[in-house]
Amino acid sequence: MFTRFFFLLRAYGVPVTVTEWLALMRALAAGLALNDLDRFYSLARAVLVKSEAFFDQYDQAFLAAFGGIETPAEIADEVWEWFKDPLAFPGLTEEERRRLVEALGEVDLDELRRLFEERLAEQTEAHHGGSRWVGTGGTSPFGHGGVHPGGIRVGGRSRSRTAVKVAAERRYRGYRTDVEVGTRQFELALRRLRQLSSRNESLPDELDLDETIEETADNAGRLSLVWRKSRKNAVKVLLLMDVGGSMDRYATLCSNLFTAANRSTHFKDLRFSYFHNCVYDWLYTDARLVNRSAVATNHVLHELPADYKLILVGDAAMAHSELVSRYGIIWWGEMNEEPGIEWLRRLRRHFDHSVWLNTIPADEWDRAYGAGTIRLVRDVFPMYELTVDGLTAAVKKLMVRY
Amino acid sequence: MSQPSQPSDPSPASPATSAPLSPASLVYAGTGDYIAAPELMQTVNVAVQLSRPLLIKGEPGTGKTMLALSIAQGLQVPLITWSIKSTTKAQDGLYVYDTVQRLYDGQFGEGDVADIARYIKLGKLGEAFASPERVVLLIDEIDKADLEFPNDLLWELDRMEFYIPETHENVAAVHRPIVLITSNAEKELPDAFLRRCVFHFIEFPGEAMMERIVRVHVPDLDRTLLDMAIEAFYWVREISGLQKRPSTSELIDWVQVLAGGGVPPKEIRRRLPFMGVLLKKDRDVELAVKALERNRR
Repeated sequence: MFTRFFFLLRAYGVPVTVTEWLALMRALAAGLALNDLDRFYSLARAVLVKSEAFFDQYDQAFLAAFGGIETPAEIADEVWEWFKDPLAFPGLTEEERRRLVEALGEVDLDELRRLFEERLAEQTEAHHGGSRWVGTGGTSPFGHGGVHPGGIRVGGRSRSRTAVKVAAERRYRGYRTDVEVGTRQFELALRRLRQLSSRNESLPDELDLDETIEETADNAGRLSLVWRKSRKNAVKVLLLMDVGGSMDRYATLCSNLFTAANRSTHFKDLRFSYFHNCVYDWLYTDARLVNRSAVATNHVLHELPADYKLILVGDAAMAHSELVSRYGIIWWGEMNEEPGIEWLRRLRRHFDHSVWLNTIPADEWDRAYGAGTIRLVRDVFPMYELTVDGLTAAVKKLMVRY
Repeated sequence: MSQPSQPSDPSPASPATSAPLSPASLVYAGTGDYIAAPELMQTVNVAVQLSRPLLIKGEPGTGKTMLALSIAQGLQVPLITWSIKSTTKAQDGLYVYDTVQRLYDGQFGEGDVADIARYIKLGKLGEAFASPERVVLLIDEIDKADLEFPNDLLWELDRMEFYIPETHENVAAVHRPIVLITSNAEKELPDAFLRRCVFHFIEFPGEAMMERIVRVHVPDLDRTLLDMAIEAFYWVREISGLQKRPSTSELIDWVQVLAGGGVPPKEIRRRLPFMGVLLKKDRDVELAVKALERNRR
């Protein structure tokens, strides 16, 4: 039942690792919670769960594991069953098993057991017959029967219900939705977009040791300190995002990328603009594409030098005419004298480095709606799917000249 | 690419797994001016007993930093605070080697230049390790720092020691400090780091508590207005799909704007005037407007 809790947690999507599980074992062995299911509930959560985003899943797993439990004594038995043969823990990968063996080499099982039994003794004496522990004494596989050989549960209000009740309330449901999971990985991928250069506008703040020695020697031994500018990232980025229509279903994904890029404070400059389906004469600085936020694409090209790294985000799925026809733009009242594909080629020619991140997974590009336009766009831009791996590959591409 | 560039990740075999348990005599039971929830008290004690850092997360204004003060008072040990800024590096917490001072001293023949130790200044983490008595070390707002910052501290926090190559000296903790780390969740923290922590989430205050908090900040406020505003505030927080739910500070701004704008209290819940003070994202405002329309029908 106890190991089942571990797997229930994983099944409900709580990312629990063996390290944390072992920490819980240590805490239990140290007597931090075994006599009280309420305390076990919060102890296990503090040790196993590291984000409130998973509290709800934890509650559900807890309920599934301990819903019908009367006393935590049963848990105690299970813990020791597990300690007797930890490697019989089912469902572990080879890697985890290997790590577990290593870890257990360092955990002194006998010491833990001694501690556990000491606490057990203390507890029973302290509660003097009122504790549920008395009951465990007799049935525990460790034969701590000397304390109360009868093995009878003598009174004591069972508080176990409350923990289960707390779990059943599922108070943390609200925290599931508003925590963004996954931006960190995007951030880490974007972080590789870095070219250190000391040619920047900052003040000299690093001691240049070689130059200092040189200058001091020239100065007949009188100390002369030479400072230099520390190296800063020189990468500048232009991010163009497709919004609206077929992109709505990818809103969260795009918002994650946006957040990650925005938080990446290491860029020298970062600009955002938006477009719908394809880039034409106008780009928009507002995601709602309102007219007052429109900027001429030519102006952007004129303003931003070629060393900006261009990242386009979109599904590249549109009607054929939107991409290749004059006046193909989807909006009434707008006229594009040149087909979208020409604009894309122009962007590609202008910037030294550019990539297209597609929200559609790569293995669907050939059969998704818009496969035709995807193929055409791919002829212009190197295309990657918008996943952590895809972004990593794209960033690599942005760092080397094609 | 699940866990890129982890310098040293000895995972389950990490020393923390077998770190010595702290003496059971160290038990935190709250202090007079800080009333800790029983659950929080227990978690503090678990972290102390397991000798693991305690990570405290919660929205601003939920008393994360105060907790460290209270633990230090409760256990009657000194508190060392290391406030993290966006430019803080892990090395700053260990020690700083003042080369320039040493060069100048060499130039002007002041002090004993041969003694490098004179120019090694311990950082906050170093201080906590070197302290002859047990201390509480607060690493405040760890999420302000660079993404890799927590990973850079893994080894030091596990082993509670570090090496100074300049003086061939090893700074090891005499007593493992009680480490408290706070985070506003501005950035996600790396998994390897999280695995080593005990975690506690301070929940968002309930309505009664919130009323007290607002009263502290805005003392002379019309009672009905405050009640209505708080009711509307919690209603807004419940709208599903919000990207950024309003927090305490936004409520405090909002009630002030409401009071200043002379909005009749009855209108607050129905129209959500000055909604922009509560919701900062366009999409959130749209969602709130839709929810209002549904409500009116």
